[in-house]
Amino acid sequence: MITCWQCKKELEKGLFCPSCNALQSPPTDYFTFFSLPRHLSINIEALQAKFYDLSRKLHPDKYSRKSETERANSTAATAVLNDAWRTLKNPITRAEYLLAQSGLEIGEQRSKDVPPELLDEVFELNMALEELRHGDQSAKVELATAREKFQAMLAASDADLENLFVKHDAESCPPALAAIRAVLNRRRYITNLIRDVDKELS
Amino acid sequence: MSSSFQIDFSEAGATQRIIGIDLGTTNSLGAFMDLTGPAIIPGPDGEHIVPSVVAIPESGDPIVGIEARAMLTTDPDRVIYSVKRLMGRGLDDVKEELKLFPFRIADGSESVIRLTIGNKTLTPPEVSALILKQIKTNAEAFFNETVDQAVITVPAYFNDTQRQATKDAGRIAGLEVLRLVNEPTAAALAYGLDKRKEGIIAVYDFGGGTFDISILKLHNGIFEVLATNGDTHLGGDDIDNLLIAVALEDIQSEWSENIRGNQEAVQILRKAVIEAKEQLSFAPAVKLSLEWRGKAYQRELSRDVFNKLITPVVDRTLTPCRACIADANVTVEQINEVVMVGGSTRIPLVRTAVEALFKAKPHTELNPDEVVALGAAVQAGILSGDVEDTLLLDVTPLSLGIETMGGVVSKLITRNSTIPASAMENFTTAVDGQRNVLIHVLQGEREMARDCRSLARFDLKDIDPMPAGLPRIEVKFLIDANGILSVTARETRTGKEQSIEVKPSYGLTDEQVEAMIEESIEKAEADFIERQVREARVEADRIFKAVDKGKQNQAWDTLSDDEREAIQKVYNELILAYHSDYYDLIRDKIHELDQVTRPLAERMMNTAVSVALEGTKIE
Ligand SMILES: [Zn+2]
Repeated sequence: MITCWQCKKELEKGLFCPSCNALQSPPTDYFTFFSLPRHLSINIEALQAKFYDLSRKLHPDKYSRKSETERANSTAATAVLNDAWRTLKNPITRAEYLLAQSGLEIGEQRSKDVPPELLDEVFELNMALEELRHGDQSAKVELATAREKFQAMLAASDADLENLFVKHDAESCPPALAAIRAVLNRRRYITNLIRDVDKELS
Repeated sequence: MSSSFQIDFSEAGATQRIIGIDLGTTNSLGAFMDLTGPAIIPGPDGEHIVPSVVAIPESGDPIVGIEARAMLTTDPDRVIYSVKRLMGRGLDDVKEELKLFPFRIADGSESVIRLTIGNKTLTPPEVSALILKQIKTNAEAFFNETVDQAVITVPAYFNDTQRQATKDAGRIAGLEVLRLVNEPTAAALAYGLDKRKEGIIAVYDFGGGTFDISILKLHNGIFEVLATNGDTHLGGDDIDNLLIAVALEDIQSEWSENIRGNQEAVQILRKAVIEAKEQLSFAPAVKLSLEWRGKAYQRELSRDVFNKLITPVVDRTLTPCRACIADANVTVEQINEVVMVGGSTRIPLVRTAVEALFKAKPHTELNPDEVVALGAAVQAGILSGDVEDTLLLDVTPLSLGIETMGGVVSKLITRNSTIPASAMENFTTAVDGQRNVLIHVLQGEREMARDCRSLARFDLKDIDPMPAGLPRIEVKFLIDANGILSVTARETRTGKEQSIEVKPSYGLTDEQVEAMIEESIEKAEADFIERQVREARVEADRIFKAVDKGKQNQAWDTLSDDEREAIQKVYNELILAYHSDYYDLIRDKIHELDQVTRPLAERMMNTAVSVALEGTKIE
């Protein structure tokens, strides 16, 4: 039985004690915090409204006259609230969070492995970059074309993700998670490519 | 102290007052939440502004404010100004400042800068504490009550160490700092822009020594900072220094004499330059002149020339503005309003540049020198509960990270994250039986640790000896609502709290701050008596008022002559005691008056009850 730090009565789900209304130490899981199912498709407007509403209830500004325990709980709860909102509002970080929780973390290094299906594009890109570095200005056109192509790939991967999210939420199946992870890896790699091109073009 | 008369005294139970303080590079001031809105706390001479200047005379107490500023031209070695530029910094950080400002650095300034002022050595937080104390004293005289809680403003772009130094200054001054609030955000609060239900606003804050830009989103009374940027080495001081440099060059060629090294001459010149700069906001041209040891220098300075001279400084503010707009993920067209803060925004060229960048006419209705303090008072009102429905969601200006292999920084909390914010990271050991793990925490946007700001080294100590890689130490980094970091750790297998030793890279240790507080407590002995007298008098005022009210009540007539006489006798004695310096005498008489008026209080209560009962019967 989990009890209230203040009145020692039994706690139910939720951040506040049903008996004395004292703010409790918050759960650290983002989905639990917002009372959301572990789904990847999220209604962002509804979540934002919840974020503002909880900010008003939990923010340390509202607790400056309260006891030290409650002040500490307020800071901790608002930190989880902010961390959770920041992570969940963006589909990429949201998926990464769920993957990490399922032990499918996307390591930093993995983004350096070339997804095999991109090998041809990357090979051409490196050639163009090399030419530009040797003063061949015509390579800029090639790079701009390559950039457009990569942007299109990103857009396509966004669509892929959306479909996979729906699939995951319907079956909460591990294969969907593995597929999502592959798309995220690819995405990260493409983002890096675009960054490299921009660096050369600027 | 409990008085039976407090029952019908309307001010009874009033909560402790929180004041707002703008601790500025050039000027500081205090404000409070009045019934009609935020208002400035005047000093004893009626002056609002306390120049952030401190003088240490040969004997006697430190002097703060206008008087200290006047000593700059007569006794420059005993005076210090612009100390905010040194807050929370190490010697390496302030190389540029030291070339331009007459700071005299004492020995032993490696982790905390120590300044020689007259015959004393003080750290920047101690100097700032003297300024804060002056504002506290002004507030106490104004309200006739003790003030020991405050909201203090800091530049939005201040890092953890600079914030901590500001908080330390508050503690040394005897103030509990309930919140550090970012200056541009405070300004947005002061403008009461929440009357606008939704919108995007930019705050351009160009002060004496720092520059900040913040972009906020308004949403039904919530001020949500989207992004902030700035430069803590850029301010109106830089413009002064440019003008001084020009004048010194002129003087050198005209007089064939270099007066650069003479503090008195430079300070007189600084004063002339500041006056010229201020006049140029209104006049198309001014005369800049200096008289020194019988020689005279004069040159005409037109606004055109002035503008050309300062264009590089103004341009330096525009780069952070553009970065901030990009970080906020908004377009210039989406920004509905621009608010101007800080004395330097009076310069016409600055206004033109801001208007051109944001394509909007900037707000200048409020006095740019007062707007930050007013906003701090609003935040104080939010904390005390007097201001409802308004909430500030601010961000951390700099990314937080830890040093990893090869000196690369791994980011844990990215800049512009809403605070409080936290991050969790697991650590383990690299060799068998390892007892310590060292974590180097940094702030900044660069990839390499050497290019970021070192905050502290955390030593996870007394790890149970285990094979390498087996211990799992979960470290939690938490940035609180003040933008200040705290770190806790626990061993996840045992669940036991992991002991940590913190070695701050810059700034004072807790022990040092404590020692400074001790010292100021000793000095506060005299203050203490004065405060006791003041508090006793407030109490006396309260009971006088209550008794006067009681005499008007019909219950007064029901007392016996003896009872009435007894009350009057003690009443008169309290009047006499009131004007003495013996606070215990005042308290004794208050207590006595409280005792003899008890029958009156009881009868008043009864009357009140019977009147109320009669009222019920009639209905
Ligand atoms: Zn409870």
